[in-house]
Amino acid sequence: MATGECVSQWKQTGDTSTLRNRRTVASSGSVTEDSPRHAAGPSSGSDTHSSNGTSARLSPRGGSGDGAAGRQLLLLLLVGGLSFSTRLYNISEPPHVCWDETHFGKMGSYYINRTFFFDVHPPLGKMLIGLAGYMSGYNGTFPFIKPGDKYEHHNYAGMRAFCAVLGSFLPIFAYLTVLELSQSHTAALITAALLIFDTGSITISQYILLDPILLFFIMAAVLSMVKFNQQRHRPFTASWWLWLVLTGVNLAGALGVKFVGLFVILLVGLNTVSDIWRLLGDLNLSLVNIAKHFLARVFSLILLPLFLYVTIFAIHFVVLNKSGPGDGFFSSAFQSRLIGNNLHNASMPEYLAYGSTITVKNLRIAGGYLHSHWHLYPEGVGAKQQQVTAYLHKDYNNLWLVHRQDHNESQSGTPDLVRHGDIIQLAHKETTRNLHSHLYEAPLTKKHFQVTGYGINATGDTNDLWQVEVCGGRKGDLVKVLRSKVRFRHRATGCVLFSSGKTLPKWGWEQQEVTCSPYLKETPSSQWNIEDHINPKLPNISLSVLKPHFLEILLESHIVMIRGNSGLKPKDNEMTSQPWHWPINYQGLRFSGVNDTEYRVYLLGNPVIWWMNLACLGMYLVMVVVASVALQRGFTLDQRRMDHSHVLKRGGGLLLLGWIIHYAPFFTMGRVLYYHHYFPAMLFSSMLTGVTLDVLLENTDLLLRPPYSHWLKRGGQMLFLFTVLYSFYLFHPLSYGMTGPLAHEPGSAMAGLKWMDSWEF
Amino acid sequence: MERHRQNQSNTIELLTSQTEPIEHMERHRLNQSSAGDTVTIGPVTTTTHRVSVMLQLPWVVTAQVDVVLVLVSLWSLWSRLSHLNYPGAVVFDEVYYGQFVSLYMKRVFFIDDSGPPLGHMILALGAYLGGFDGNFVWNRIGAEYPSSVSVWSLRLLPALCGALCVPLVYLLTLELKFSHLSALGAALLLLLENSLIVQSRFMLLESVLIFFLLLAFFSYLRFHNSPSSSWSRFSWLLVSGASCSAAVGVKYMGVFSYLLLLGVASLHTWKLIGDRTVNHISVCVQCVCRFVCLLLVPVLLYVFWFYVHLSLLNRSGPHDQQMSSAFQASLQGGLSRITQGQPLEVAYGSQVTLRSSASQPIPCWLHSHKANYPIRYENGRGSSHQQQVTCYPFKDVNNWWVVKDPSRQDLVVGSPPRPVRHGDVIQLVHGMTSRFLNSHDVAAPMSPHAQEVSGYIDFNASMATQNLWRVDISNREAESEVWKTILSEVRLVHVNTSAVLKMSGVSLPDWGFGQLEVVAEKLFKLHGGSLGWTVEEHRYGTSQEQKEREAELHSPTHIDVDRKISFWAKFLELQWKMLTVKQEDSEHKYSSAPLEWITMETNIAYWLHSSTNAQIHLIGNPVSWGVANLSLLAYQLLAAVYVLRRRRGIKDLPESVWDQFVCLGCVCVGGWLVNFVPFLLMEKTLFLYHYLPALCYLYLLCPALLEHTHTNLLSDVTHRRALCVFASTVLLSVFLSYRTFCPLTYGSPELSATQLQGLKWRDTWDILYRRR
Repeated sequence: MATGECVSQWKQTGDTSTLRNRRTVASSGSVTEDSPRHAAGPSSGSDTHSSNGTSARLSPRGGSGDGAAGRQLLLLLLVGGLSFSTRLYNISEPPHVCWDETHFGKMGSYYINRTFFFDVHPPLGKMLIGLAGYMSGYNGTFPFIKPGDKYEHHNYAGMRAFCAVLGSFLPIFAYLTVLELSQSHTAALITAALLIFDTGSITISQYILLDPILLFFIMAAVLSMVKFNQQRHRPFTASWWLWLVLTGVNLAGALGVKFVGLFVILLVGLNTVSDIWRLLGDLNLSLVNIAKHFLARVFSLILLPLFLYVTIFAIHFVVLNKSGPGDGFFSSAFQSRLIGNNLHNASMPEYLAYGSTITVKNLRIAGGYLHSHWHLYPEGVGAKQQQVTAYLHKDYNNLWLVHRQDHNESQSGTPDLVRHGDIIQLAHKETTRNLHSHLYEAPLTKKHFQVTGYGINATGDTNDLWQVEVCGGRKGDLVKVLRSKVRFRHRATGCVLFSSGKTLPKWGWEQQEVTCSPYLKETPSSQWNIEDHINPKLPNISLSVLKPHFLEILLESHIVMIRGNSGLKPKDNEMTSQPWHWPINYQGLRFSGVNDTEYRVYLLGNPVIWWMNLACLGMYLVMVVVASVALQRGFTLDQRRMDHSHVLKRGGGLLLLGWIIHYAPFFTMGRVLYYHHYFPAMLFSSMLTGVTLDVLLENTDLLLRPPYSHWLKRGGQMLFLFTVLYSFYLFHPLSYGMTGPLAHEPGSAMAGLKWMDSWEF
Repeated sequence: MERHRQNQSNTIELLTSQTEPIEHMERHRLNQSSAGDTVTIGPVTTTTHRVSVMLQLPWVVTAQVDVVLVLVSLWSLWSRLSHLNYPGAVVFDEVYYGQFVSLYMKRVFFIDDSGPPLGHMILALGAYLGGFDGNFVWNRIGAEYPSSVSVWSLRLLPALCGALCVPLVYLLTLELKFSHLSALGAALLLLLENSLIVQSRFMLLESVLIFFLLLAFFSYLRFHNSPSSSWSRFSWLLVSGASCSAAVGVKYMGVFSYLLLLGVASLHTWKLIGDRTVNHISVCVQCVCRFVCLLLVPVLLYVFWFYVHLSLLNRSGPHDQQMSSAFQASLQGGLSRITQGQPLEVAYGSQVTLRSSASQPIPCWLHSHKANYPIRYENGRGSSHQQQVTCYPFKDVNNWWVVKDPSRQDLVVGSPPRPVRHGDVIQLVHGMTSRFLNSHDVAAPMSPHAQEVSGYIDFNASMATQNLWRVDISNREAESEVWKTILSEVRLVHVNTSAVLKMSGVSLPDWGFGQLEVVAEKLFKLHGGSLGWTVEEHRYGTSQEQKEREAELHSPTHIDVDRKISFWAKFLELQWKMLTVKQEDSEHKYSSAPLEWITMETNIAYWLHSSTNAQIHLIGNPVSWGVANLSLLAYQLLAAVYVLRRRRGIKDLPESVWDQFVCLGCVCVGGWLVNFVPFLLMEKTLFLYHYLPALCYLYLLCPALLEHTHTNLLSDVTHRRALCVFASTVLLSVFLSYRTFCPLTYGSPELSATQLQGLKWRDTWDILYRRR
């Protein structure tokens, strides 16, 4: 009886959800003894909303007694225990700096030492690392210079353990998420097993890296989102609010660690849009109610995370108040905040004068210093003269001398000041070449002219002459150091000195291009300010530079980060990897050790698990297509299969979407990519595998008659467990380290396991 | 033109007297197009004749001519085809496409990474029909064509395609179930678009692309709107698939429109699957038909374009070197002349030249010469001071190597020859200097992370010879495959260190004569890139003595073996090369960013008369451009309101009108999106003309949206009248601005400097003035 009824209900639940008071039905399929999804029975009572079909109805938590709850707790403990023990095992090995620990450990130290630095990622992850180090007794003195450096007496294990603990939550969260989505303990256990025994997930959790922290927040956000979805029939209750707010908090966390967090925000965003769409279609809800729902989500998923995110940055800027290696990336105004920077409480001659030594900084955000060096433009790029670039770091090659057109600076007495409209020469201090431009096209921006260093020791030609213009100034105005926006207009061609922000190729040392733009529009790219100003003949005056507003700092640091991110281009001979390499586990990353005497750790997913994930992805698509076509053609399916297809479509669909969102964007990215970028997507892929395999095994009765199908199912589950465990046994040295001969040589622990030529252990 | 009888007005009465089945069809059509009380239609005139199979009846022919359509088409033809000869000089990108046309005429092979070959072939067809012999050097914009070149025929086909777009838009609007008046509006907007006219009148590909895109959508909708009982409608589907394939064949951008069409088609198919009134078999058959017409046929046709391309181009040419040796050998002249008659199987004692299969930076051959690595490099690192081994991009007698069996002394091929197989260990002896190819744990000159490769000289410096190499055939089919000339791609694996011989792509400094560095690198460090070497020239060595062998190396090769490469291998290789060859990422003076296209920030100067101010620019009609943007915005707003209200259960529109509105959005807004958004992600140099396909969809959208407003949103007569007045005013101003820019579109008449100044409507436009 149930079948027909459910089918008809199913049809209607497609887009409207009018069946509010539907009685729940026990599943009509064959009840197997210890499959928890069937143990629930008629549970949640008449308030069960129909639009989510099976899941609420078959809730394992739905009051099916203490036994089930106890068993669930037991399973959770089992997952947690295994997860923690695999991640924390051998945590202090190897006792030297591995791979990117050199960056993130160092940045943790910067927080402890409160020195300012620049990184392309937002600060939360490094702040947490710093905090963990601080709490565990690390004093921030270890230099983290390069991978392989021995830690010796420094207390590094605390930071590693912190990352490992966060990493240990991943299988637990995945377990709970899948349980929520599929209402099947088997599916959840499959997922947990995949993640617990994946060597890649273990390795990436065990070191001082941002990834475990990022993955933690991503998974926590997904879990809270799924839990929140489950609360949809009890809007505005405490637990509804709890999960909603938690989702928001975790989103802020994910974004605060890496910009990859944007992907999970997109996922949650799409989920929320569809949620609101559903509410909008519910004609029983008044518009006021919908507005309430809408505002609650705006508050918790937009405003709250934004607030938290900004707070993170506020803490970042408050904590890091000393000058450090990252200063040059930021504007002069920004630098004046930092204790120890030469602009902090700066004192220098106030007005630009002839004979001064200056640095000139471009005003575009993340604009560099005008720079030159002993290298010529290569053959075929304009005239073969000395390069002029924009460079982000402070360097003595950024120093320029201001000369008069005719070089007759008064040798004694106070030097003359430079005024708006004056014609000057800028001589590079180190190479004595003059800043020069001519009618050759610039190397990258072909519409502009090339800028070079020309002449030597103050000789040169008329193409070395530049007219100083103070923006908004009139003839005769003085040029204020730091505060005036200055343009340099080329006398001969009338173009203005311009920084395009494009990165030059290798011959230009990957510095930024400087051109002379014939387009005279006033943009920050063509405006410069005088940053350092050294002239012993002039009295120094303390300059209180306008301290920038917090929001300006925030905006500036973001643009600098984004620029930095897209500027990460692969270097020569560097390990680069293509996105299509990742799901097939084509190539891992060497964390530590190269030759056979060293302690080697290699980041590579357990190939069995990863290939199984890939296969299940394909299987999932086939299954969903078959189920959808069957439903669309109007075949009648029994209740159990309806449930399965619902789990596949809703739960699986969400996970598939998560996988796509965390994977596909990498194909369009121009920056350098690494294998570990796939890990967020891999989590979704593993969860999808859990759902798919479970549904597949549950439907063995399509193939065989009941008793045999049951055996087949059990056999499949056993086989799965055995494969995962055995492959973990085989590949565990990848994570926990190996010494001795390399895998292609006899006598290695990994002998015979080098299944792909591209693996490097 | 029997198509246009479905519409309103008195044509229906004329038709009711027709025979039974046609009448049935008629009603069906009428039902579909009864979108409320639409405007009374303009001049659809009918001429009535009649055909009948029944002999007793008089012979009658029924023909209906949509005079409006005919007039619009004629006007369109006139606007695109008149004075096609002018200017008689190379205009803008003609300089680019022209070189390929010339190569087609000479049947010389080339690679062009900008797009698949169909577009070029269409241009070449025009040239062929005009009797062009390919003897014109397309070297600069503005170069005058000689009188022997028929400029008219070169430009004819693109212009024709451009002209046919106008009637197509007219028909497409009808298929979208809008009125003839809307169709006329859309056609006029397209007709009066200066940029489309300019782009159509020269030897360029955009108009061809637009034509195929519109044709694909038109024929698909025609298929969709036909009654499901008729099987003949599948011919329309076939046309649709074919034009999709043609669009993709002209430019890769067509792929996105193709995907959109597939999306729409699969939605319709999904509905069909859900239709329980149709039985399973019929559904299956229909699905298969759609699959064949929209997926299989286009793919096959796409391959067919390449087939034609490759069969046309059978002579070797300037781009040969980018292809594999096997590919080159299939072309007449070039490599095949050299390799003709070589022995196929490499044997011990063979004399070979080894070509690196990496074509970056340039193809080259393994080379050595009597010069040693410097003892110390510039940076102070030491070398082995042994003989240099390099990769040399020119044919040279020093490229010859002899394959030697390590266990024997002789350097001649035995009889019978003992072939070298996969996995065999060999030594390679340099033909002219007799040095052994050697590698050892010394850092290579330019890539210090890799091992140096040298011709071994024994300096008694405790550096043992390590000159054994294992032959690893990477494209083998069997484990004991024989090493074949040209066909086999071989990795040479150094036996002692298991490093692989590789061309690093770095040029050596002066001491290495600027040749390319060759290194041996551990396999695990290698990623991507191909490490293979192919035997290109090959003969069996017969002379044991060094002097004799030198003489032998200088002499040309002989013996006869025939070898072929299949079409599929050639197709895949060519396609892969076209997709992976990196374009020089340079900025052009007239290049622009996608977001600038919407507001038409930039123009492109196509041509300037050599002595006067007459010039041709790619500038769109600013008024229609604005109208297009407005209608895009309006549609989105309207759609948002409708969708939200429908979700709340308020149905503003009857179901049929809603479907029509959605379909309009799918085709027009969807078409705009797929032809615009991908450019935002592209890194190549982009120009304003890339926006033209997207623009066409907006012109399609605009009048339809007006009609929708008129019939469904405005109920008041005065409002309707106001809308009509508004629409005609807009049309008038479109026409006026078209007239204003005509001199820049057709390049005549010549304008004075002040007049040109007056045409500079935006500061950012670059209009040229000749200094007098």
